[in-house]
Formats: sequence, structure tokens, C-alpha cells
Amino acid sequence: MPPPESTSAVEEALDPLPRPADLLLRKIWHLRLGVLGAFLIAGLVFIAVFVPYVSPHDPYEQNITARLLPPSWMEGGRPEYLLGTDHVGRDLFSRLLYGSRISLTVGLAAVLVQVVIGIALGLWAGYYGGAADSAVSFMVNVMMGFPFILLAMSLVVVLGPSLQNIILALGLTGWPVFTRVTRMETLRLREQEFVLAARSLALGVPRILLGHILPNLLPSLLVLVTFEVARAIIRESLLSFLGLGIQPPTPSWGTMLAEGRDYMLFEWRLAALPGLAIFLSAMGINLLGDAVRDLTDPHMRKS
Amino acid sequence: MKTYCLRRLLQAVGVCLVISMISFFLLFLNADPALMLLPPDTKVEDIALFKRQMGLDRPVVFQYGAFLKKVVLEGDFGTSFVSKVPASRILAERIPATLTLALAALLFANAVAIPVGALAAIRRYSLLDNLATFLVLMGQAMPLYWLGIMLIIIFGVWLGWLPISGSEKAVHLVLPAVTLGAWILPINMRLVRSGMLEVLTKDYIRTARAKGLSEGRVLLKHAFKNAAIPLVTVSGMQLSLLLGGAVVTETVFAWPGLGRLAVDSIKMGDYPVVQAIVFAFALCVVFGNLVADVAAALIDPRIRLD
Repeated sequence: MPPPESTSAVEEALDPLPRPADLLLRKIWHLRLGVLGAFLIAGLVFIAVFVPYVSPHDPYEQNITARLLPPSWMEGGRPEYLLGTDHVGRDLFSRLLYGSRISLTVGLAAVLVQVVIGIALGLWAGYYGGAADSAVSFMVNVMMGFPFILLAMSLVVVLGPSLQNIILALGLTGWPVFTRVTRMETLRLREQEFVLAARSLALGVPRILLGHILPNLLPSLLVLVTFEVARAIIRESLLSFLGLGIQPPTPSWGTMLAEGRDYMLFEWRLAALPGLAIFLSAMGINLLGDAVRDLTDPHMRKS
Repeated sequence: MKTYCLRRLLQAVGVCLVISMISFFLLFLNADPALMLLPPDTKVEDIALFKRQMGLDRPVVFQYGAFLKKVVLEGDFGTSFVSKVPASRILAERIPATLTLALAALLFANAVAIPVGALAAIRRYSLLDNLATFLVLMGQAMPLYWLGIMLIIIFGVWLGWLPISGSEKAVHLVLPAVTLGAWILPINMRLVRSGMLEVLTKDYIRTARAKGLSEGRVLLKHAFKNAAIPLVTVSGMQLSLLLGGAVVTETVFAWPGLGRLAVDSIKMGDYPVVQAIVFAFALCVVFGNLVADVAAALIDPRIRLD
């Protein structure tokens, strides 16, 4: 017997479940965004790896007779400079392509530093608890109280603005996220039977942590890694934009944006396009991260 | 409640202390303050004499002790290397501009995030909801300073509607406030939406509807009030985000606040000012978090303080 209509109406009002058609559309929409993200990232990686073969010009080559040229399809543009030139006559398109190398290198390397520090501290604090936990939690609180940008800027000033030091500065300031997640998950896992079993087999602590606890953290850490790579890329560009990151003439998107800013009143593309490159890269990584999260753990989906 | 507050307070003081320590040692690693303060052609003997007078020849731990004593007792961070004015006075001059900007940004962000987030939850999977979700995704990938520059290009240069820099009149506040507000808007919108979604499935909402209350009353008085609690909890964290975002926004818009002062001072090696700013930021963030936690506990009786 079908339920009375009034009840179903109330049910529907109370718990507005999506119509199946909407749900399907949304799933496709979701998946499509993930695919879009994967394409963006594949493009980014391809360009970063093969840029010497793809790039039409040397990114450092200046041409004083061709300064601030508009894109090739506009009046006054030249066919050899697809997106025009910057204030010293360098090819904007080539520089944008080369910028992907800096962003990817810094993004991946900085997150590697974050991961190593963050996970080590998180496992230690979560597994041993007590004093170790208090010490690590205190450190995390200190790092969270320190405005990231000021600390990273100061570190770069102290260490000197080079590629390695920027990676180091971003890595040393960004690890608490990983510590928090690792610590919480480890706290939860260490009481579970399989860990107790491993312990009763007299396995060493390193083996329990790396062989039994860490593999269970990988899905959530993987998702975090993708989001953090995007953040590291944005942060590098920010440091470079403020003049405390990659130094000119190296083609970093942040540096290019800072240089282009001086010309934004009449040559807006010089500032807009490097920013667009950063945006698309970060967007691609985030979309991919969202998809990975949905795939690895349907319960963790953003509600 | 009292012991909780006390413990959190002690912890907050400890965090601030360690932050001041890190900033002090970090900046002392870099350069010799005596060389920054004296004219470049000073004789070696004079430099040594100056160092002795200023206490710069003592172990760095003692120097830190002296620094901390002055900061705590007198609020004195030393004199700016660049402008030769007390750092605390420079700081005080810049605070109102940053405060205005941060408040305006917060107002803008919540004015958009709260209604849109709540509506997105009420009309789940609607066009508005999907748009809001997409906006959140975009917001997370958007470099703040690029957004600022694009707003300048679009509204300042192309359309000519708004001034692109300056800080005297209220119109000058629009673009910086929107830029900085966009920094926290996605977070707030997500919080309101997910909070609202969770609350709407609760039994007391069912009860409120069963009592025959109007839908507006149910949503506003019963659902929204509870859904808004996470906004209070994260307001401390948002202070930190707003201050960090202010550094960027103020640089882009030449806004005369603490953030731009921080960038300029770090670049020029004006350490007394940098230390004062770091200390002020840390105080804001740490105690902002403390107040937010206590406030959340006061509002929400379900949070137990132990």
C-alpha cells in the first residue's frame, strides 16, 4: 500500500532529497570538473617538462625595438610575438610557459618539505601522546598564531631570495596542516585492533608507524597534498609578487605580475595573464583534489 | 569554565612569548643592528663603543630579556631604524586604517556569504547552490592580489567607476574591502551552507514545523541561529586570515595600514617595526582565537569545557 500522500509531502519538505535526474546531473557535473582539473594539470606538467621545445622564444631574450607590443592579432602586433611583449621586449607567451616550471617545482618541493616535517611530528605526537603530544600541539599553536606571510617573508629575507630558500621558507611555515591531520588520525588508529596486534607481535615502533598506521592515512593525506600544492603555488607567486620570492629576470608568474602591475593602466594583459596562469593551475589542482576526495572516500564529500 | 579560561589564557601567553622569541632571533640572525643604526663610515672603535652602550655586545639571550622587559613593561619595541621614531608610535598610526579595511571586508563577506549560503542550503542542488559551490571553488584558487589588480583594471580603468588608490574617502574603501572580503567569503559561505544543511535535518526543526510555525520563522529563528554557531567559532581564525590578507591587499591598493608597513619594513630591514608588527599580529590572532572559543562555548551549551 502506498503511504498516504500527506506523509510523503511532509517527508519531502523535511528532508529535501534531490530528484534522481538532478543527482545524476550533479554527479556528471562533479566528474566533469575532476576531468577538467586533470586536463589542466596534465597540460601544466606537459608544458613544464617540454617547455624548451614548445616555447617560441628564449624567455630572457630582450628586444628593445619591440617593447610593449600588443598581441599578434591586434593592430601593431607582430606574428612572432603571439601574446605581445613586456616592458623590455621579451616574449610574454614564452615567459608564461617557462613560469610553469618555477610554480610546479616550488609547489611540489615545498609540499614535500611540509609532508616530511608534518607527518613525522604528527605520527610522533599521536602515537606517544602525553608530553610529546603537548609539545607538538604547542608548536602547531605557535605556527598558527604566526601570520604565515610575515614569517615566510622574514625567512626569505634572512635566508636570501633563492629558489631553494623559497621552498624552505614555504615548507617550514606550512607543515602544521599535515601535523594536525596526521596527529588526529593516529590518535584514533592507535587504539584499533590491528595496531594492538602489531604491537603484541613485538614489532618496532617505526615499523608500526610506517607500515601499519601511515598506509591508513594515505587517502586523506593525498587529498591534503593536492590542496597544499595549489596553496604553495599561490604562496610562491605571492612572495615573488611582493619582491621577496623569485627574483627578476627569472620568469615566475608572481614576478611577472609584479612587473606587469606597473603597466596595468594601458597594457592590462601583462598583469592579467600571469595571474590567470596561477589561477588555472591552482584551480586544476583543486578540482583534481576534490575528485580524488570523492573517489577515495564518499563520506568525506563536501556536503 | 574558570579553569578552562585560565588554562587557555596561560597557553595563549606562552604562544605569544615563543612567537616573540622566534621573531627576535630570526631577525638577529640576519644583520648587525649596530651597522644599520650607524652611518656607514663609522670607525671600528666607535662601533664597538656603541655596541657596548646599547647592550648589543651581550649574549643574545640577555638582549632578548631586555627587549621583552621593555615590550611588556613599557610597550616599547625600540626606535625605527629608518624613520627614527618609536616603532610603537608608527604602529599606532597605522592600526585604524587596517581595522577599517578588515571590518569593511568582514561586513561585505558576511553580507554575501550568509544569505547566499543559507539559501543554497535551503534550495539544495538548485542553480543557486551549484553556482555558490562553483564560486567557492574559484575563490580557493584565486590569488588575492590578482583579484585586486583585476578589480582595479575592470572597475577603475575600464569602467572608471571607482578610484584605484587613495584612502581619504569612503569610495576608496570599496575595492580593497571587496578584495579582502573575497578572501574569507568562500569559507563563510561553505560554513553557513553546511551548518544549515545539518541543522535542517534535526528533530527540533521537524517539531517547529509540526507546531505550525511559519516557514520563515522556522528557518530564521530555529535553523539559522544554530547554523551560525560555526561562524563564531572560526571568527578567531578569520582574524588571522584577514590580517594576512591585509598584507597583500594593502600592498596592491597602497592602503596605509599595518600590512603595507610590514612589507616595507621587512624589505628595508627595519627590525624594531617588524617585531612590533609580528607581536601585534600574534596578539590579535592568539587572543582572537581565545575569545572566539570562549564565545562559542557561551553561545552553545553543547560544547563542554574540559
